[in-house]
Amino acid sequence: MTASAAPRPTGGVEPALTSVIGRPDRPLANNQRNTELFLLVLSLVVVTGMSVAVQGSVLGEINAGALALPGLLAILFLGAHLAVRFLAPYADPLLLPAVATINGISVVFIRRLDLGRLTPDERLAAGVLGGEGSEALKQYIWATVAILGFVALLWLVRDHRSLARFGYIALFTGLVLVLLPAVLPSSLSEINGAKLWIIIPGIGQIQPGEFAKIALLLYFARSLVDNREFLQIVGKFQTLKATPGFLFRAYAPIISAWLVSLGVLVFEKDLGSSLLYFGLFLVMTYVATNSVRWLVIGLLLFMAGAYSAFLVVSRVQLRVNVWLHPFDDPFNAGYQIVQSLLALGSGGLFGAGPGAGSPNLLSLYASTDFVFAAIGEEIGLFGLTALLMLYALIASRGIRAGLDVRDSYGKLLAGGLAFSITLQTFVIVGGVTKLIPLTGLTTPFLAYGGSSLIANWLIIGLLIRISDAGRRPAKVKAPPLQLRDAPTEVVKL
Amino acid sequence: MNAPLRRVAVAVFVLFALLFVNLNYVQVVKGDDYRTSDLNERVRISSYERPRGLIMVEDQAIAQSVETDGRYKYQRKYPQGELYSHVTGYQSMIYGNSELEAAENEDLSGESDKLFVRRITDMITGKKSKGANVLLTLDKEVQAATADALEGEKGAAIAIDPTTGEILSLVSNPAYDPNPFAAHTDQPQKDAWKKLNGDNVNKPLLDRALNQTYPPGSTFKVIMSAALVERGYKADSQVDAPNQYTAPQTTKYIENFHGETCGNGVQVTLEFALQESCNTVFAKLGVEEIKAEGIKEKAKDFGFGEKFKVPMTSAASETGDLPDDPSVAQSSIGQRDVRMTPLQGAMIAAAVANNGELMTPYLVKKVESADYTTLSTTRPKTFSNPMSDSDAGEVQKMMRAVVENGTGTRAQIDGAEVGGKTGTAEDGDARQDHAWFIGYAIVGGKPVAAVAVVLENAGTSSSSSAAIAGIIMKSIIEQRANR
Repeated sequence: MTASAAPRPTGGVEPALTSVIGRPDRPLANNQRNTELFLLVLSLVVVTGMSVAVQGSVLGEINAGALALPGLLAILFLGAHLAVRFLAPYADPLLLPAVATINGISVVFIRRLDLGRLTPDERLAAGVLGGEGSEALKQYIWATVAILGFVALLWLVRDHRSLARFGYIALFTGLVLVLLPAVLPSSLSEINGAKLWIIIPGIGQIQPGEFAKIALLLYFARSLVDNREFLQIVGKFQTLKATPGFLFRAYAPIISAWLVSLGVLVFEKDLGSSLLYFGLFLVMTYVATNSVRWLVIGLLLFMAGAYSAFLVVSRVQLRVNVWLHPFDDPFNAGYQIVQSLLALGSGGLFGAGPGAGSPNLLSLYASTDFVFAAIGEEIGLFGLTALLMLYALIASRGIRAGLDVRDSYGKLLAGGLAFSITLQTFVIVGGVTKLIPLTGLTTPFLAYGGSSLIANWLIIGLLIRISDAGRRPAKVKAPPLQLRDAPTEVVKL
Repeated sequence: MNAPLRRVAVAVFVLFALLFVNLNYVQVVKGDDYRTSDLNERVRISSYERPRGLIMVEDQAIAQSVETDGRYKYQRKYPQGELYSHVTGYQSMIYGNSELEAAENEDLSGESDKLFVRRITDMITGKKSKGANVLLTLDKEVQAATADALEGEKGAAIAIDPTTGEILSLVSNPAYDPNPFAAHTDQPQKDAWKKLNGDNVNKPLLDRALNQTYPPGSTFKVIMSAALVERGYKADSQVDAPNQYTAPQTTKYIENFHGETCGNGVQVTLEFALQESCNTVFAKLGVEEIKAEGIKEKAKDFGFGEKFKVPMTSAASETGDLPDDPSVAQSSIGQRDVRMTPLQGAMIAAAVANNGELMTPYLVKKVESADYTTLSTTRPKTFSNPMSDSDAGEVQKMMRAVVENGTGTRAQIDGAEVGGKTGTAEDGDARQDHAWFIGYAIVGGKPVAAVAVVLENAGTSSSSSAAIAGIIMKSIIEQRANR
């Protein structure tokens, strides 16, 4: 698998996808899979501890049932670990345990929210995953699907560069997924004022934006690899005297990205996704070109767009006003953010303890948009800090995978994937903590919801795939290095 | 591409750092504000999570918490309804707590430091913590008698044990039923609030006994008498009793009630002047003998200017500034800017009855934990000694004359030595006067009761006030005999 997997270069500047997999400078010895296993066990200990605490506090008694859910989760996570062991043996050992910890806490906490809605008698009868309308059961099933997807991805995609083949297909898929909710009638696409769903009556709904994110990332990476040298030139020189064709080719991508983002905002009323798409585009362009000019242009466009959206879209105005003065209208417009702040404040430094908060007061969306605040009331600043550290760890290991891998496509893709988790976390956590206006993104791995969970596990799958490539020692019997990629060496004679 | 990628990593850390700093701000810097915010339903739920302590009058609970099935576990009930409304107040989710429910909230809710050790033990043993019970000094028979006697009137009555300062009954009319305020749904609370708070004429929520000040009228002459006795006057001292008295610096004269002549219109004894409530006598002596500073000082000795925490905080009674002789003359007969609460009125009578020693009034006898362990007991405290023992004897003699021969005869009680003073206080020109009576009863040489009764805008019926005071004191004497 070398150049044969790569598409015919379209921009024609650099055949970027031709370097070998593997790092000749790395020793073959320890692939750190046992480290991963050990950390995974540790994360299961944390999840179990939380489950026991919830049990004690919500049911008033600690019984073997508290171990059931962590046990079920252990099966999933250990399965994921085995898949990594066989399919991506050199992958970063921190990614999987960090994700498993958050996902495990999420399922346990969603069960805690389920129980919180029941009367004490119903709680005892509810069983391990239980009760009527249990979100925990669904979330566990979603986690199973997500991890199966993760394993399938590792199995099907043995070399991340094979994904570079999906350029325009990815773009097309991404745009369809982004735009579909806007085109569908509201009855099939709108929930709580945001048109970002595809509702299949009687079955359920999916949030196509979560998958669009990945498709667009794939396209951005491929397209930027093709065009990066051209964009670098545009980023460095005066372009005023350029021909219209040159200008179009230079600026069409950023303008299109901007317009699509604005479209998402205006037609789907989805502030968060709009911000996410454009932010990802900008950061990846920057990584590809190392040119600050693109960041500046992008930020100017963003500000212009944000300001006109503020003037034109009433929903945006409302969000900004509520953000600035939530306590002016604490029972209507400001209700959710006020309740979120009250929950976080009530949690204080150490939190009320798992199971001891009042998430029912917080919001109807305690398991989705406000899950961070709901859990914050119970685990306090200390717990939330640890949680944020896990996100930061995932993002930084993702970027590390980008630094380690040797091909441009892998670097761009890893950087984009890692940044997507960062930006998403920042936008939603910043929103519920009143750092920025509240928008409806899902909290990765923590919020209830299948689309988000599956999409984010796929992102982790891709990062693990790339990090496996970056950390894999060069095979002894590897084909000879192509000269232009080979490091210059002094050869002892 | 590694250089820009590293810079992206820096940006990632900056974003997480922003989240982290902001989270510290929300959870730590603003944490206490949010935790205790009025908007924070958690505060309310936790305050309804454990049963609040009882408020007890003798063996009877006048406020208790009853378990419910709702989100809020315990609901407050006031079994006696209106009878104790101004004592217990209410616990309302919307309008907060009032009266004892507010003043004794820490004990009743179980958050008091007194209960700290118990809360820890409860936490360890897993027992549900309960609020502390508050036992009152009130006497249920006397409270009932007071309310009966005041039935249909607008005004207030309060009775004190002169030797201790224990409040024996406290009634303010019109009263209200506190139960709707304790509802766990909004509507009954809002309805009650609208009805009661909206009634600007009768102001049922106002505790007139502690928080309403009235011009004391002639009852203020007791303080004047105390000041005079201190200056060497005796009950039988001869004093000038002109039909009119015109203070220096004014042409407006003061005359006696309805322009009557006091005694022979020339000179009378001080006792007679009080007995017949001669305005000119006290106005003249106020200006010439006691003077502004003397009046203010004596009033202060009796408790004027003080907000008593019984534990509800009373309004402060006041004399006003008394800047010149005309105002001293008017203030000497309890008009002008002089204002007094019924509580203060009862305290004046109590100090006289208790031989010049004024005890601090109080309503809470004892605080007990839910298992009846005493957590604290109120000990009687001397507030001040506004008169010497012998001076108090002189003032008693004069006040006794009021009840035996003067304006307060309807307060007489068989077998008791009753002293008092009526007052008819002008409340502006348009409205009817307030009718006051302050008095005390001594049985077998021991002071047993001091009361103040005020009937708002009742006209010149201070004799009905005296009658009501008589009924209250009689009931106290009977209870004392039964004990």
